[in-house]
Amino acid sequence: MTKAAFPSRPLAQLRGASKRYGATLALDAIDLSIHPGEVLALLGVNGAGKSTALGLLTGRLSADAGDVELFGADPREAAVRRGIGVMLQDGRLPDTLRVIEQVRLQSSYYPRPRPIDETLALAGVTDLAQRRYGELSGGQQRRVQFALAICGAPPLLFVDEPTVGLDVEARRGFWQVLRQLRAAGTAIVLTTHYLEEADALAERIVLLAGGRVRAEGSPAGIKARAAGKRVLARTRLSQAQLAAWPEVARLQLDGERVEVHSGQVEALLRRWLAADPALDELEVRPLSLEDAFLTLTEQSTEATLEKVA
Amino acid sequence: MNTVHPVLLQLDRPALLRPYLLEAGYEFLRVLRTPAFTIPTLAFPLVFYVLFAVVLPGQWSSFHKASYLFATYGVFGIMGPALFGFGVSLAMDRQQGWLELKRVSPMPAGAYFFAKIVMSLAFALAVVLLLSAAAIGLGGVRIDPVTWLALVAVLLLGALPFCALGLMIGTLAKGQSAVAIVNLVYLPMSVLSGLWIPLFAFPALLQKLAVLWPSWHLAQLALGVVGQVPDVRYALHAGVLLAFTALFLVLAALRLRRG
Repeated sequence: MTKAAFPSRPLAQLRGASKRYGATLALDAIDLSIHPGEVLALLGVNGAGKSTALGLLTGRLSADAGDVELFGADPREAAVRRGIGVMLQDGRLPDTLRVIEQVRLQSSYYPRPRPIDETLALAGVTDLAQRRYGELSGGQQRRVQFALAICGAPPLLFVDEPTVGLDVEARRGFWQVLRQLRAAGTAIVLTTHYLEEADALAERIVLLAGGRVRAEGSPAGIKARAAGKRVLARTRLSQAQLAAWPEVARLQLDGERVEVHSGQVEALLRRWLAADPALDELEVRPLSLEDAFLTLTEQSTEATLEKVA
Repeated sequence: MNTVHPVLLQLDRPALLRPYLLEAGYEFLRVLRTPAFTIPTLAFPLVFYVLFAVVLPGQWSSFHKASYLFATYGVFGIMGPALFGFGVSLAMDRQQGWLELKRVSPMPAGAYFFAKIVMSLAFALAVVLLLSAAAIGLGGVRIDPVTWLALVAVLLLGALPFCALGLMIGTLAKGQSAVAIVNLVYLPMSVLSGLWIPLFAFPALLQKLAVLWPSWHLAQLALGVVGQVPDVRYALHAGVLLAFTALFLVLAALRLRRG
């Protein structure tokens, strides 16, 4: 192995990895690589397979098929996990231990942990150091869990739905810390169903749905792939009539108006204005990442999309 | 097969002993701060012993009551921390997701079990010390230091099969249901092994069935050490306890692998 190959070599990889729970195929032969220094967002709704993918990469789960590699080795070996920190979606901690005790214990697993004070400060729990975990609020507990994830100063960090249940201010503070770690060279994998979060933090987004990778690219690229606009208007036409048009990708009622997603806005407008002379309150807006996300995840079922009266 | 990533090779090895010691220390602290565990574990054997061996009157022909019950309540006393400390706390860790976090951390797997064993033995030792104080101070038990040390050693080593049983229960049940299962195992088995009231007070059938319970075998060893049962076949009972331990460990391992 040459030194030149080092920067480009992925830190972690899934190759054709599948995982099944009973009758449910949680991951369906997915490929995924995490490169040094990048922030990768795994985006998807609940049940898309995000946490399962993380479970495989962090050694908590075993793949039914395919390869799982962490630093070129098996993440189920504890020694391999010295290079990662993990914040689980709902990893509770023992209520009766103090915050500083939990951090000290977790730090002892790592070869070169951060100084305890630095960990506490980064996670914003310095003032809570002597408090027992069970006395803390939900948001404070989340910060302690984050402290445990970063205490080892690992080169690769996994955070599973890190900001669920945090208020807006706390969320922005959390993003700030992640950016700081990223600037110091830490690669970060975060799962989220907040599109705003993926957009704000990640260089690369992998969109999961139904256990498969639906799209992969930069936030801008993902938006471009689902290029299109939202058109809102009050119309006399029925939903069934509108849904039958080829320019209509998706539609829903928005108060008195109908909202249509379309990749061919000009053609849609020409047809719509011609078909309904009474059309009013017309508005054309760009698709948000959220809309792009919906359009992409629903591509597989596009044919049946709300084409009902 | 790919080679290991240079990032991993750049990491040193952490101190070998430190995670084991901290894990054990904090496990002990965690349990110590749970009065629902510590108070019954430490107080029940002591209170029962004082009640049956000291307060209630009665002479048992050839036996020295306070010495006999010192041995059997010693067995009862060490079973508690082993079954509750190991089984219930494992079940709680599994339910609360703490174990999940441990499993994705670089914690050496052995440290987790080492910590629980150390914690169980520490509480077992505390129970035995309390009982010894009561037996010698209140019960008039005369025991020379060497015999006492032998008894402590037998009881602490004898806690290990019950740690294994606790481990097995902890892998079978989650959360509070483990408490119920441990109580269903702990209390009947203690009674049927003659730990509360000597077995010779029981019907013949129950006396014969006692060979089924690991706690009876441990009680035979303890009674032999304090000279209350003559001609104890130490190797046989120790062998049975070893076999029970192996059985519980295998069942727990099978269960953990499937999970």
